[in-house]
This record gives sequence, C-alpha cells and structure tokens, in this order.
Amino acid sequence: MAFTQRNLLGLEGLPAAEILHVLDTTKSFVEISERDIKKVPTLRGKTVINLFYEASTRTRTSFEIAAKRLSADTINISASTSSAQKGETLADTARNLEAMRPDAIIIRHPSSGAPHLLARAVSSPVINAGDGQHEHPTQALLDLFTIREKKGKNGSIAGLEVAIVGDILHSRVARSNLYGLIALGAKVRLVGPPTLLPQEFRSFGVELHHDLRKGIAGADVIMMLRIQRERQGLNFFPSLEEYSRLFGLDRAAMAAAKPDVVILHPGPMNRGIEISSEVADGPYSLILDQVTNGVAVRMALLYLLATRGRSELEREVEARAAS
Amino acid sequence: MTSRKPAAKVVTVMDADAVRRAITRIAHEILERNKGTERLALVGIRSRGVHIADRIAQAIAAIEKVDLPRGIVDITLYRDDLSRGDQMPQIRGTEIPFAIEGQKIVVVDDVLYTGRTIRAAMDALMDFGRPENIQLAVMVDRGHRELPIRADYVGKNLPTSRQQQVQVRLVEMDGVDDVVLEG
Repeated sequence: MAFTQRNLLGLEGLPAAEILHVLDTTKSFVEISERDIKKVPTLRGKTVINLFYEASTRTRTSFEIAAKRLSADTINISASTSSAQKGETLADTARNLEAMRPDAIIIRHPSSGAPHLLARAVSSPVINAGDGQHEHPTQALLDLFTIREKKGKNGSIAGLEVAIVGDILHSRVARSNLYGLIALGAKVRLVGPPTLLPQEFRSFGVELHHDLRKGIAGADVIMMLRIQRERQGLNFFPSLEEYSRLFGLDRAAMAAAKPDVVILHPGPMNRGIEISSEVADGPYSLILDQVTNGVAVRMALLYLLATRGRSELEREVEARAAS
Repeated sequence: MTSRKPAAKVVTVMDADAVRRAITRIAHEILERNKGTERLALVGIRSRGVHIADRIAQAIAAIEKVDLPRGIVDITLYRDDLSRGDQMPQIRGTEIPFAIEGQKIVVVDDVLYTGRTIRAAMDALMDFGRPENIQLAVMVDRGHRELPIRADYVGKNLPTSRQQQVQVRLVEMDGVDDVVLEG
C-alpha cells in the first residue's frame, strides 16, 4: 500500500494502510537526524512555506527543521508579520503565494477548515499544522509513531488501551488522535470534566470517564492534553486549582495506572496544572521522544507529498485535461 | 505478414555455481587489492547488494577468519529521478553501524548499468564521513554507463542492449541463485 494523498488535511477518513505507510516511512527518517551531517538532498531546489496564523514554537520549528534536513528552502510567514495584519483574506494570500510557485505549504490557522480552503486555491500540496478545534494530523501521526515504537507488537497498536485526558472539547490533537487510534484498532477512553467532555463524543464508539483514576486504570498509554488557559474566561471549570486537583496527573494519581504505562503530552505543558513535573520528567514520560519523532514524521510527509514538486503535478493536471 | 511480437527470450548467463565462484573470486580480489582486511568494510546497496555483500563477507571470513564491518545503504533519498515517478518509492533506511572516517569501503550491488545508483550511494556514504577510498563490487556489469563510474570487482561482464533486462536472482529473495538475461 502506498500513500495516495495530494494533501494532508486531517486523519478523518484516512485508511489505516496509508497511516501505516507514513509511520513505516518515518522509521527511515529517524536515523538521518542522528547523523553528524543531518541532511539529505531529496528536496533540493524545492520551496516549502510555513504559513502560521497562530503562535507555535514546536510545530513550526519542527516543520522547518524537517524541510531543511531534506534540503528544501523554507520561508516562514507568521500572522503578526504578514499582510493578514493589513486585512488580506486567506484566499487572497493563497493566490499570491501560489503565484510564487511553492512546492508545499504548511498552514496553521485559528479557524477550522482554513487548510481545506487553501488546498482548493493552490496547486501545491497543503499540510495542516493545526486548524482551530478541528485537526492537528501531524501531531497525531507523531503520537501514533511514538506509541507504536514503545508499545506496538509487531508494528501493530491494535488492542492497546489509550486514555486521552483533559480538555477534549477544544482539542484538535485529541480529535486527530481519535481518528488515527481508532483506524489502527486501539481502544480509546476519553477522560475529563463533563464541561470539556460532552456526551457527543460517545459517537466515536469510545468510553467516557469523568474520574481521572478510573479513566487511567489499566491504560497502556496516557495522553495528557494542555489546558488551554486562553479559554479561562469561559468558565468551563471553577478554577485551575480545582482542575489540577481532579485531573492533574501527579504521582498520587499515577498509583492508579499500570506500572509500565507511558505518558504523552503534545506540549506546551502547564507544569503543576495538568501534569506534575515529577511525572513529566519521570521514566515513563515520552514527551521528548515525541518532539524527536515529530521531525521524522514531518520529513516523511514532506518526502511523500513534496518531492515530486509542482511542475510534475501541473504536468499531470495538463495531461488529464488533454485526454 | 503477422506483426506478432516474438516471445521474450530468457537466457541463463550464470548458474548457482557460477554465482558462488564469482563471489569467492571477488572476495580474494578484495583481499589482494587491499592487502588484507585492515580498515576494510562492506556496504550493500538495497536490496540485492545487501545479500551479495553478506556473501562476500562470509567468503572473506572463511579465508581470513575476520568478520568485516557491514553496512546497508538505501539510495532512495539521493536519487536524481525522484520527481518523475508516479508514487514515491518505499524507503527502508540506511544503516551504517561503524565510523566511515578513514575506512576503505567496498560498495556492493547486483547490476552496474547507468552508474546513477552508484553515484547516489557514494553521495549517501560521504554524508557519514570521509572514507579513505570507495571501491565497487558488482555481480554483473552490463555496460551503458551515463556517468564516469567503473567497477573494481566484477562477477561477469555482460554485453547487453538497452532493451534487454538483466536479473540477478538470489536465494534470499528469489529462491534461486542465478543471472538471467531477458529480451
């Protein structure tokens, strides 16, 4: 099975075989970052644009390093320094970028669906680096890769119990992971206060828990989510202190977990709120593995999506139109 | 007149014994040229080069009682024709588990044809360090070079036309050891 997508906009509907192909391809890219010379010539002469309308350190840097290790030229555009400040619409920005003939565009945007709009406007491949409360597919792929490396049996994560804990309602990381984990056969439970974990999530066919210790008991993997403090004015829970007491993962709560459990967190962490430093820096924490694997996953995706370059894609479109 | 295409002719140009003898001879030639096994290492090009490198290593171990360092190179990321294909080729990874600096590296592949694969393999190796030199061993040299590259050790020189296909088949992958020429 190969990877047949033109873009990576989300994991919803992506067949398990294609997800596994990305994860298999990722394996070969881990080694490149361990070399003294961390560069291969695969995307030489190709241009990759990082279009970020939202703050990001990890994801933007990870994409930029991934593109550079493949020898692509990278351009970073952030909302604070772009024409969006002057009122340009995303569609107009897309048309202008398209006129500069990039070979891939990576977009993060506060509005759900923005990457889809961009993908319709440009002929280069588009990778979603997080859109609103919708999806963050590369984060989920790096999480799947990390889980598979540490907990997979013969490359399969089917049957693994994965608890996703925290602000499920607002989390694009949770949504992408739900699609990916379910596609690969993992058993998912969602854990959080009722205000951040509405009953509608039952439609995914997963267990819901409003008690942290019950939710993580017997889990092979605990995936903690960031409390989005910027939403604090919205009264989803009484106080950070109370949230931390009920849903913060600290050593006391870990007593309910399996001794060989592994812990993931997409970052940035609120130490002392959703996760204690002792747990975040502890032996079962894979948080820094996730960051390392993130570069490899993004290299794999750029290899799969951007290597052929826009000239080849345009030739194909012309050939199809002519026939 | 019928315009029926003649069925492709398949000729066995090396049988299992010939393959075995070629590997033994190449092992001796490598040892002779390098005056032993000091700072010597073998790197097979995926896929068939890896198995041929293993066999050369076994032959050298039988002669010199020395186990040579072995590596694997996947040239996919270094290819010059990546943007042409329909789908991206599967990558299976490069493994160089020894320091390449100052080593004499024998690159091993099944068929030497245009030389583009070898160019890519050399570029890949150079990204790991600066070897003392790089040598090339192949089971078959079929000609038609497009780059200034030649092999140091050759199992068989096989004159071909560009329309023909050369297949080196190995027990590990194909269940049989031989070399066939098609077309």
